[in-house]
Amino acid sequence: MSTNLLTLLPELILTLTAVLVMLLEPLLAAGASRKPLGWLAILGSSGSGVAALYQLRVVHALGTLTGFYGTIQVDAFSIFFHLLIASVVVTTLLASLDYFPPDQVSHAGEYFALVLFGATGMMFMTSSVELLMVFIGLEISSISTYILAGFRKGRATASESAIKYFLLGSFATAFLLYGIALCFGATGSTAIAAIGAGMAVTKTPLFGWLAVGMVLIGLGFKVSAAPFHVWTPDVYQGAPAPVVGLMSTAPKAAAFAVLLRFLFEAAPTDRHHWAPLIAIMAVASMTIGNLGALLQSDAKRLLAYSSIAHAGYLLVAFTAPEPLAVSTACFYTAAYAAMNVGAFVVLTQLSGFSEQLRTIDDLTGLALRRPALSAFLAFFLLSLIGIPFTGGFFGKFYVFSAAVHSGYTWLAIVGLANSGLACFYYLRLLTALYARPTADTVRDLPMPRGISVPAGLALIATAAATLLLGILPNRILSLAQRAAPATVAQCIMDR
Amino acid sequence: MNFDPIILTLILVTPLAGAILLALIPEREDSSNGGEYTDSKRHAIGALVVTLLTLLLTLHLPAHFNYHAAPHTFQFEENLPWISSPAIRYHLGVDGLSMWLIVLAGFLAPMGVLASWNAVHRRTRLFYTLFLLQQVAMLGIFVALDLFLYYGFWELSLVPMTLLIATFGRTENRRRAAIKFFLYAFIPSAILLVAILWLYNLTGSFDLTTLQALAGAHQIAASPTALLLCSFAFLVAFAVKVPIFPLHGWLQDAVTEAPTAAVMVLAGKLGLYSILRFSFGIFADQSRHVAPLLISLGAIGIVYGSLIALIRSDLKKLAAFSTLAHVSFVVLGIFTFTVLGMDGGIFQILNESLIGAAFFLLLGLLYERYGTYEMRDYGGLAARHPWMATMFVVTSLAAVGLPMLNGFVGEFLILSGAMQSVIIHHALWTTLGATGVIFGAGYMLWMIQRVFYGSPGVRTEEVQGWDLCGREHLELWPFAVLFLIMGIASPLWMRAIDTYGAPTATAIAPSGAPSSAQTTAKILSTPAVAESSLARNSNITQLTDVRQEVR
Repeated sequence: MSTNLLTLLPELILTLTAVLVMLLEPLLAAGASRKPLGWLAILGSSGSGVAALYQLRVVHALGTLTGFYGTIQVDAFSIFFHLLIASVVVTTLLASLDYFPPDQVSHAGEYFALVLFGATGMMFMTSSVELLMVFIGLEISSISTYILAGFRKGRATASESAIKYFLLGSFATAFLLYGIALCFGATGSTAIAAIGAGMAVTKTPLFGWLAVGMVLIGLGFKVSAAPFHVWTPDVYQGAPAPVVGLMSTAPKAAAFAVLLRFLFEAAPTDRHHWAPLIAIMAVASMTIGNLGALLQSDAKRLLAYSSIAHAGYLLVAFTAPEPLAVSTACFYTAAYAAMNVGAFVVLTQLSGFSEQLRTIDDLTGLALRRPALSAFLAFFLLSLIGIPFTGGFFGKFYVFSAAVHSGYTWLAIVGLANSGLACFYYLRLLTALYARPTADTVRDLPMPRGISVPAGLALIATAAATLLLGILPNRILSLAQRAAPATVAQCIMDR
Repeated sequence: MNFDPIILTLILVTPLAGAILLALIPEREDSSNGGEYTDSKRHAIGALVVTLLTLLLTLHLPAHFNYHAAPHTFQFEENLPWISSPAIRYHLGVDGLSMWLIVLAGFLAPMGVLASWNAVHRRTRLFYTLFLLQQVAMLGIFVALDLFLYYGFWELSLVPMTLLIATFGRTENRRRAAIKFFLYAFIPSAILLVAILWLYNLTGSFDLTTLQALAGAHQIAASPTALLLCSFAFLVAFAVKVPIFPLHGWLQDAVTEAPTAAVMVLAGKLGLYSILRFSFGIFADQSRHVAPLLISLGAIGIVYGSLIALIRSDLKKLAAFSTLAHVSFVVLGIFTFTVLGMDGGIFQILNESLIGAAFFLLLGLLYERYGTYEMRDYGGLAARHPWMATMFVVTSLAAVGLPMLNGFVGEFLILSGAMQSVIIHHALWTTLGATGVIFGAGYMLWMIQRVFYGSPGVRTEEVQGWDLCGREHLELWPFAVLFLIMGIASPLWMRAIDTYGAPTATAIAPSGAPSSAQTTAKILSTPAVAESSLARNSNITQLTDVRQEVR
C-alpha cells in the first residue's frame, strides 16, 4: 500500500487537534480562560497516545507497517517513542493549564497549539525512515519550540533564549542537511535502508564518513551533546519552565531515535569505527555538563547542564551492539523524561509565570513552606543522581552495564565517577530545600499554598513513573527490548 | 503460623510502611514561629511503636535459628525473580554473621527514637520519616543476598542520613558535612557498581551464593590482576563506610553534626558487615593478599584514633576518633583469618555498636542539659548527676575493655587471635595495636575525670541540670544490662557467630595456620572467658579506682 493513513494516525490526531485549538481560540472572549482549549489539547495528545497503542496491536498482529511510499515505518521502535512523546506532552499540558497569569491568558491558545504542532514533528521524526522526511519532522518540531522558548514575551532573557535557540538551531539543521546531501551523493538515495546498503559498496567512502560526521553534528546540537551544547544553559534559563521540561526531553528523545536508526542502519561499516567517536562525545558531555553545573546558582541553568550530562550518559549506550544499545537508550530516555519533566513541573508550580524564584538561595528552606512540592522535587533530584529504586538509577545501571558488556569498562568507570561528581550539585539543591532559611537568603515572595489539581496529576504521574521504572522496570524494559529487534531484523536484511 | 518464609520481608516492610504512614500524618502548625512547625509527640510515638514492632520481628530470628545448618548456607531465605533481564532476584537470607546484626539494628532503632524524644522538637515528621527509611536501608543491607538488591540498599542508606545531617545538624557547617559524607561514600560506591557490573558480565549472575560458588571453584574467567582490582573496588567502597584509616575524612564532621539518633547508627557495622559478607565471600584469595595491608591499617587506626581522641576536648570529636579506634580493632581481628580473630571481630562489631550508641546517647543527654560538647565547660557533675555519672562510667568501662563487660571479650579474642597468626608481620602490628588499649583507657577515663570530677566548669555553674528522668533510665538500662550479659554470657552470641566465623576463617586462612575450630571451642566453652585475663592488671586497678570514686 503506498499511502497508509494508519501509519500516521497519531500525528494526524495531533495536527487536527492543534488546528481545532487555533480555530476555536478567536471565538473565546479576550479575557476568558483558555483552559477548555488546554483540556482539548490534552484530550488530543492522549488520543494520539491511544492511537499509538492501537498501532502497537496492529504491528503485533501484522508486523511492521509501512506507508507513503516506504518513507514512514511503524514498528515497536517508533511506537515506543510515540508513546513517550505523547506522555511528555500530556504532562506538560497538564502543568501549563494554570500557568498563564490573567494578563497573558490571550496567548494560551497559541501555546497549546504550538506544543501540539511540535509534538507532531517529533513523532514524525521517529517514524520516518527517509532522511528528507526526518528533516521535515525536525523542522516542524524545531520551529514550534523556537517560538515556545520565547513565550515569556517582553523579557530580555526570553528573547535571548528564542533568538539563540533559533540561530544555533538553524545552524545545526544546515549541518544535518549537508549530511543528507552527502549521503545522497555517496549512495544515490535518502532512504535509510538504501543508504545502509549503498554505503557498503560505495566508491566514495570519504563522502560517507563526512555524511556521518555532519549528521552527528546536526543531531548532536539537538540532543545538546558536547561540544555542541553551548546554547543549552541560556535557552533553558530564558524559556518558560514547562517548555523547558518539554524541550529537554521530547525533542531529544526524537533526535536520539533518529540517531539510533541512522547510526545502526545507515552508517558505513560496523560500529567499531564510529563507537569510539561516540564514546569521546559521551565523556565530553558528561564531564562538561557536570563541571558546568557545579558553578551554577540558577536552578534552571543547573538543570540545563545536568541535561547535557544526561545526554552524555545516554550516548554511552550507543557503544553497545545494536539490540542492547536500542533497548538501553529507549529505557534511559523514558526514565530521564519522567524525572526531568517532573522536576520542571515542580519548578513551574513554584515560580509560576513570573519566575521570581530562580536561584538555589531562593529555594532554601522550601520544605518548610511547601513540604509536598519539596518532597516531589527531592525525589526527582534523587532519581537524577541515580539513587536506587528510582528510574534514574535503573537507567544508569542499564546503560553502564551495556558499556561493560561491550568492552567499554573504562567508559563505565568515567561515567560513574561523573555521576559521583554530579551528586555534588544535585545535593546542593537538595539540602537547600531542607535547610532552615537564614535571614539573608529567604525572600518574602508570595507563594500560594497548595497545588493546582492538573499539576498535581502531572506530578503524581511523573513520580509514579519514576518510581515504577525503578522498582518494576520489567514492563517498560520488555517494551524497549521489543523496540530493538525490529530495527535489528531490518539491519540484518539490509547487510 | 509459620513466619519463617516471610519474616525478612516483614522486617523490611514494617519500618517502610511506618515511614510512609508518618509522612502522611500532618504536623501541628505554629504560625508564631516563622512558619516552622512545632511538635506534638504524635510522630515520636508512631516511630516508637513501629521500631518496637520491628525489634519484636527481628527477635524471631534468634528464636528460630538453626545452629546445625551446614556452613555457607542461609536461613529464612526468600528467593523470587524480580527483573528477568538482567537477571535480578529478590533474594534475602540470614546466617550466623547477619543474624545478631539485624537484631542489633532492630534494638538501636527504638533507642534512637527515645534519644530524640525531646532533642528533636522541630520538623518531627521529616525527622522520623527519614529515621525509619534509614532503618529500612540498614536492615536491607544485612539481609540482601543479591548484589543488585544489596547495592540498592547500600546507596539508599546514604540518602536519609545525608538529609538528617543537612537538616538537623548542630552548627552552620551542617550542609557541608552532609555533602562531604555523601560524596565520600558515593564515589567509591559508583566504582563498586562498575565492579559489580563487570562481575555480572563475566558470570551472568548477581546472586551471592552463585558468585561464591563460582569464585570458590576458581571459575570466574578473568586475569588475577583484574580480579584483584575488582576486589579492591569492593574493599575501598566498604572501607570508606567503616571507616578504615586513612579513609576516615568524613567521620569527624558527620559525627559532630549528626543528631544523636543518626550518629548512633552512623559508622562501623554496615561497612564491616559488607567486608565480611562480600569481600571475604567472593574474593577469598584476594582478601588474603591484601590482609597484611589491612592489618597494618587497622593497627595504625587504633593508635592514631586513640592518640587524636586523647587531645580532643570536644566530646563529639573525641567520640568520633574513639569510634575510629574501635572499628580499627575489628578490622585487625577479621583480617587475621584466625577463627578467634574472626569470631571476636564479629562479636566486637556488636559491642562497638552498642557501646558507641550508649556513649553518643549519654553525650546527647549532656548536650540537652548544657548545650555544649566542649569538655572544658564541664566539671564536677558527679555530685549533681550520680545516675548519669554511673552510666557514663559503665559505658566507658565497657569501651576500654573491663573484664566482665562485653568490650573485653571482643578485644581479648581479637588480640589473641591476631597473636595466633603464624605471620610475624601480623604479630608485630598486633603488638602496636594492643598499645591502643592503654590509650583507650587513657582518654576515656580522662574524659570522665574532666567532666564529672574536679571543680565545676563554667557551663555547669550557669545552668542547672537534672539527673536522669524516667525515659532516660529506660534508654540507658538496656545498654548497661546488655554490656554485662554479653560480657559474661558471650557464648549465647558466639554460638551463631561461630557458624559463620569458623568456616570462613579456615577457608581463607593461609595454610598451616593454627586456627582450628577446636581452640575456639575450648576458649568459648569457658563461660568466664572474661575473668581469665591477668594481662591487664594495671588497667583493672585503674578502673576499679574510678568505680570506687563513683560510689
